[in-house]
Amino acid sequence: MMTTSLVANRRRRELVVFAMVAAALATLPALVTDVYLQNVLILTLMYAALSQSWNILGGYCGQISLGHALYFGLGAYTSTVLFTKFGVIPWIGMAAGGVLSAAIALGLGYPCFRLRGHYFTIATIVIAETGYLLFLNWDWVGAALGIQIPFRADDWFKFQFARTKIPYFYFVLGLASATWLATFVIEGSKWGYWWRAVKDNPEAAESLGVEVFHSKMAAAAVSAFFTAVGGSFYAQFVSYIDPESVMSFQFSLLMALPAVLGGIGTLWGPALGAAILIPLTEFTRSYFGGSGKGTDLIIYGTLVIVIALARPQGLVSLFSRRRLRRAVPE
Amino acid sequence: MLTAETIVQSLVSGLLTGLIYALIAVGLSLIFGLMDVVNFAHGEFLMIAMYATFGLVLWLAIDPILAAPLVAALLFAFGAVVYVVIVRYAMRATANRGMVQIFATFGLAIVMRGLAQLLFTPDYRSIPHSWTEGNNLSAAGIYLPMPQLVGAVISILAFIGLYFLINRTDFGRALEATREDAGAVALVGIDKNRVFTLGWGLGASLVGLAGAVMATFFYIYPDVGASFALIAYVTVALGGFGSVFGALAAGIIVGLIEATTALLFPPALKSVGIYAMYLAVVLFRPRGLFGSI
Repeated sequence: MMTTSLVANRRRRELVVFAMVAAALATLPALVTDVYLQNVLILTLMYAALSQSWNILGGYCGQISLGHALYFGLGAYTSTVLFTKFGVIPWIGMAAGGVLSAAIALGLGYPCFRLRGHYFTIATIVIAETGYLLFLNWDWVGAALGIQIPFRADDWFKFQFARTKIPYFYFVLGLASATWLATFVIEGSKWGYWWRAVKDNPEAAESLGVEVFHSKMAAAAVSAFFTAVGGSFYAQFVSYIDPESVMSFQFSLLMALPAVLGGIGTLWGPALGAAILIPLTEFTRSYFGGSGKGTDLIIYGTLVIVIALARPQGLVSLFSRRRLRRAVPE
Repeated sequence: MLTAETIVQSLVSGLLTGLIYALIAVGLSLIFGLMDVVNFAHGEFLMIAMYATFGLVLWLAIDPILAAPLVAALLFAFGAVVYVVIVRYAMRATANRGMVQIFATFGLAIVMRGLAQLLFTPDYRSIPHSWTEGNNLSAAGIYLPMPQLVGAVISILAFIGLYFLINRTDFGRALEATREDAGAVALVGIDKNRVFTLGWGLGASLVGLAGAVMATFFYIYPDVGASFALIAYVTVALGGFGSVFGALAAGIIVGLIEATTALLFPPALKSVGIYAMYLAVVLFRPRGLFGSI
């Protein structure tokens, strides 16, 4: 009983912290007027959202995917193709991309979730790479040349803005909040407990009546849906997509790394990781420019090694309350 | 045009390429079999081996094939150091074990790629000359490119050497025993850490040989490892993780499938053939063709 009320307290506190953080972030555009910094903020929030989506499958359910670029790219391509070829507004395209990606995640999950550990991770890399190669050679969607989204006017309906980046900021803040809330709800539900059981010990979970396979499928579908919405957003934001810029392996890695740095399988890990990693990468890249090419890679690669070895629970564990840890022993 | 000649030609090229793929992949498989760790920096090991070959050729003015044993020795040292400095600690992780192993080696891959960009610039380089160049054989209308032929021969020799090393030496027996039960070997006086260090050295030296071979006919640039690494993972997963001779068979299969795909479909899609075949196989055999359950 004691533990239950402690957990309820903790969850209430998490929600309050979340509301405060979101409100504080919402005031940022009033303070940050520099376009470059706004850009960094938008990318940071986008990776917080993407990494949170990755975390739902990789962190909570323990299925380490390094192929999420596939869903990101599918989201970007679905909304873009629907808009440029059929005049469908990006909002509908975004939903369509999300549903399509979730369906594809289920279709791929059916065979792939039989694979364990490294076999699963490698299969995800291979599937995403296959998708990338197919899009690279698919003329109808522009092949290697990609698709330019024609600009009409600054318009919420068509979700295009040339003069200001602030609407993008609020959308991506909303997306990051939605992924956080979805994770929060899942964490407190039956699914959350099931998924963690699947992650920790699938055999034991199975024997206790946890639907291991269904757990993995559900996690994959939710994760793919949000990732694809992020992809549609990115396409609107940069207004030009090609396979290299939305489906390459680099995205799969960039979605996983913030969660790894911040703490996988935690509520705040992905956001914290993105808040460190993305500005760090952007600033080192612009600081060193062309002369020190590779310096950004060296810095964040080192960061990843050090965190993985020294703090496998992620940086978020530095903030965990000692009181709670004592009350709920591992 | 599909004629008997083009079919035989692409099968022969596929076989040569496949033997080289097997040599690239075997070190990965060896390390996995020994200690259940997948080195996600394997492609970057290949990349530095290619740069090392390039450097030795320029510095000592020797032929890249003669540089191969030196490169293998350098990579042996490098692999052993990577184990001692990084992997040893990754294996001690108590939380998120699988994740730690994946991302510790991925972090290493990112650092190595960044260092290569910084030190060598992203420019494409190639070895100025080698005796393998221009000495191509052709028999009965079938053309045998010398660099690939030499690479395939080196690969076969390496597998023969590996066979004797594993089956006929004390080190091989220690390797085999540690892979069976890393806990129990301590009781018979085998230092587990020493075997792991040597195992990483051996795995890296094999990819070192592969790098020297690749450097004779492929461009050298910081991201060169990425595409070959994926082929290596597919080869190892197809053969069954940990199965050294599964890697040999799988490498040859991958080479042949690649050549056949390139013959029947646009060459840009040749990797899709490999990936599709791999996915089809693991669907029915989740642990690969020769993997143990």
